[in-house]
Amino acid sequence: METLRTLPGDDVRQIMWRFADRYDIQMALQSARSLARTLVARLVAEGARNTHEWTDHKAQLLEAFDTSGLTALFMEPHQGGFIEGPKNLALALVAFELSWVDAGAATCSLATNLALAPIHERGTQEQRDYYMSNCVPPQPGEDRKIFRGAFALTEPLPYVGVETNTLVGKVRVAEWEDGKEPMLQVDKRGRFITGMDFANFATCAVDTDDPRIKTSCIVIVEDTDEGLFDRGAPTLKMVHQLSSTRDPVFNLKVPASRIVGGYTVKDGVIVPNYTHSEIIGAVFHRTRVPVALMSTAKLLSAVEPVIRYQRQRYRGGDAVAGTPKYDLGIQQKPDAVLRLADIWATGEAGASLGFETARLFDQLDPTEKAKDKIMAERGVVGPKSQLSALRKVEKLAIEYLALESMPEDKRDAARFQELGEDTLVRYVLLESLANILCPACKLWNTGHGATVMRESLALMGGYGITEDCPGFLFHKWADTQLEATYEGPEAVQRRQLSITMTNEVFLAKLRIWIDQFTLLAQEKPETGAGIVAKAMELWLWTLEFLHRAKDPSGARLYHNRRQNVTFPMADALCWIMASRCQVADLLELAEKGPENPIVAEGLEGTLGFLSDLSMVQAARAAGECARICATMVNGFGPQDEAELTAFDKLRSQLDRSLSGAALAKDRAGYALTQVMIPEALDYPM
Amino acid sequence: MSVGYHIVVCGGIVPDPLQTLEPVKGPAGWGLKNELMLPAILDPWAGHALFEAANLAKSAPGSKVWLVSMGPKAKLQQVMMTIAQKVPFELVVLDGPAGGFVEAHEVGTALAEAIEALPGLDKSKLLVFGGWQSASRGAGATMQIVGEKLGIFDQFQGVDKLEARADGTMRILERVEGGSYQESVVAGPPAVLGWATGELPEPPNNPQVGMQNMRLVMPALQKAKPVKIDGGPEYAKVEIPSQKRETRIVKDTPSEVIAKEIIDWLGA
Ligand SMILES: Cc1cc2nc3c(=O)[nH]c(=O)nc-3n(C[C@H](O)[C@H](O)[C@H](O)COP(=O)(O)OP(=O)(O)OC[C@H]3O[C@@H](n4cnc5c(N)ncnc54)[C@H](O)[C@@H]3O)c2cc1C
Repeated sequence: METLRTLPGDDVRQIMWRFADRYDIQMALQSARSLARTLVARLVAEGARNTHEWTDHKAQLLEAFDTSGLTALFMEPHQGGFIEGPKNLALALVAFELSWVDAGAATCSLATNLALAPIHERGTQEQRDYYMSNCVPPQPGEDRKIFRGAFALTEPLPYVGVETNTLVGKVRVAEWEDGKEPMLQVDKRGRFITGMDFANFATCAVDTDDPRIKTSCIVIVEDTDEGLFDRGAPTLKMVHQLSSTRDPVFNLKVPASRIVGGYTVKDGVIVPNYTHSEIIGAVFHRTRVPVALMSTAKLLSAVEPVIRYQRQRYRGGDAVAGTPKYDLGIQQKPDAVLRLADIWATGEAGASLGFETARLFDQLDPTEKAKDKIMAERGVVGPKSQLSALRKVEKLAIEYLALESMPEDKRDAARFQELGEDTLVRYVLLESLANILCPACKLWNTGHGATVMRESLALMGGYGITEDCPGFLFHKWADTQLEATYEGPEAVQRRQLSITMTNEVFLAKLRIWIDQFTLLAQEKPETGAGIVAKAMELWLWTLEFLHRAKDPSGARLYHNRRQNVTFPMADALCWIMASRCQVADLLELAEKGPENPIVAEGLEGTLGFLSDLSMVQAARAAGECARICATMVNGFGPQDEAELTAFDKLRSQLDRSLSGAALAKDRAGYALTQVMIPEALDYPM
Repeated sequence: MSVGYHIVVCGGIVPDPLQTLEPVKGPAGWGLKNELMLPAILDPWAGHALFEAANLAKSAPGSKVWLVSMGPKAKLQQVMMTIAQKVPFELVVLDGPAGGFVEAHEVGTALAEAIEALPGLDKSKLLVFGGWQSASRGAGATMQIVGEKLGIFDQFQGVDKLEARADGTMRILERVEGGSYQESVVAGPPAVLGWATGELPEPPNNPQVGMQNMRLVMPALQKAKPVKIDGGPEYAKVEIPSQKRETRIVKDTPSEVIAKEIIDWLGA
């Protein structure tokens, strides 16, 4: 039987991650790759990570980002960029590619984008064009300084990390002359602010401290504003050292036009168009996805150096070329390759989940703009009234999903078309998914990813924890911990999921997936779809159970404050979502692969191997899900016997669905002993 | 005054040299194991030719650069994602085999025919650039054949420097033995230049240039004509050289020690 011949190349990835027809993205990715594997790799090899200070050595990165086009990636063509339209997938792929070598470098390249994100998502057109075009490197003949930014949300004071609703940073009216634009006094101390060494503007979240300003907001401050723009002390960090992080202090006078998204004046009061939390919601919604993929890149990047190490481990001494000992090294032992298969499988699932989320946001971006336009036309203003207007649309969205899942000849085609063309319906559908996938990939890819990343070091033995460890695996492991922390640590993602995963639109979609995957399991059992279907079913049943069940004291089980219920259920969902996306990518490759001559050449082996990984991962995910669900159903008991019997039946079906999963892992392990890898790692150690 | 050059760069693609390249015989003759699946790059010699061409074109207004490449078009598309970002050019694709197993004569003929057919090409301004050798085969014959077929007999091989002078003549330095150069002056185009490493570094990626190039690259790839290569040599046996490259990585080795090792190796 044909097995994996080489590690999957760009052509395979372009199909799986759906950018085969996007040469703008492919180019950006190639730029990022060459930069990562030259300058970035050199900096790490030369020990640039040994200091938390921002040095001239590290500062070479900035110019390299500029000249390689990465700085302009976030911008529209009229602002000096080169990609038209939504760029979530492009940004995610570039972050992935840089993190393949060093995630600190990726963060450094994204820091200005993070600062721009509030302006991009909610800024006025003028704010957007001004800051975006000034952040593009000057073109030949242009004489201007490039703007770089920092995003200041978190503060050195208690409560202002996770609890982003509390802000200690303040904004007041400094001067307000009749008929003139008000001047604001912005007072903010930031903690852990990335890019602060070279930022000349910062987007700061501040609360109102003045009856003449209605709400909190985000304000843009610049280093030339009147007052104090102190970059503050450097963070003594031990991760992501190729980015700059400091605790700045701002006390500046700025015009009110710097309020992100603008403001109106009502009865002598400045009313910001957006509160800081509305903007942050929109920003983190998107920027968390590349962060999730930074961790995933590390897992997949570990495969090649680990294989090389495993094969060479017993070379030297009396090992003779051509003998199994020489050619296979510790790959002669199953454990080595089986564990590597686990690492790879986790990486595949994380990539599938992360890139699917990025693509979803590319669809959501224009839909959200269209939705806002409709809302404005209907006079629905403010987040609360929008929310209640959209709640009415949820029914229509569920109706649409029901029609979609019916066979074409059985459904009401006119109604289906009508709902399909309804912007608000489309928005509600996309948003209900984004609300799950975004926190899921941020939580699972980074949190579980960090745990699995540890394994890759273990497979290198003592080498893994030396400075010479090929592939910088030790650094990568440490870095994943930051990725699991910033833009909201794990608890934040779990909390978001615990609210969004009970959304009826999402649950309707989940029911459809269960049906689809159950069918798929008959056609293509090798994908692991049957296992995923059973896991989804068990999870859904448990969620419904938790809503009706009580503990012995009579307290409801599914409750916002009961994090011993909501958080584990959120974790279980992440596993399932990752596996679901992995199966979907596999199907895409099976369908489109034969059309591409390069992919077609080794397709049977590649597909077989990736199917095995998918099955391995599905079995692992189902195991986690079943364990958590069993704890929920039994752990708060005793519960009603009929409920327990129903649960046991589902759980045993899930266990049965694992048939063949261990064989798949055997095959994957064997394939790892056969795959051809390059002679040398393509970046130094 | 200069009205510009028409520079045609011939450049093939080769497998990324980091890979183990194992010859195998397939139904269509000899090739490399998993050749299609190996990552490919622009042949480094041709790369130098291309960067020199772009530089010359920039300094001579009215110039134009074509890149004529024969290779499997799916692979070419992949390579273009990097190359197209480096310098402006127009791509001409011959969809055919790449690599070291095709007879230089066949390749040269196909390239010459493609150049002959370029719309708007002015042969009096023509400079044909290419690699002196290529990373897939060091025959050093392909560019000569291209020139002969096109009837261009001013040929220079192993070029490291080209200086276009105000009077229209060009001064050319070709590598000869022992690190010396042969200096020639040619009256002007047409000429064939097989480049060694040239003088220019690899230009940084510029996605704006890339976006401009890709507007022409994608259609060129789509309408690429398959080239049928037949005949050529019969290889009885092909194998990896027995002397294997064993890369040693020794940190902090002083350059004198490295130099001495090289000298010892040369003398051995
Ligand atoms: C190198 C680096 C760079 C950074 N860059 C930036 C930047 O550019 N801009 C910026 O604004 N910030 C930045 N940050 C800050 C980062 O986003 C925060 O550290 C992060 O959001 C966590 O906040 P915190 O450290 O205050 O943790 P805390 O809020 O103190 O939370 C700590 C822990 O408490 C628990 N917890 C808290 N709340 C809850 C809850 N409701 N339910 C259950 N458990 C809970 C969780 O276990 C959580 O992990 C950076 C941080 C670092 C280290």
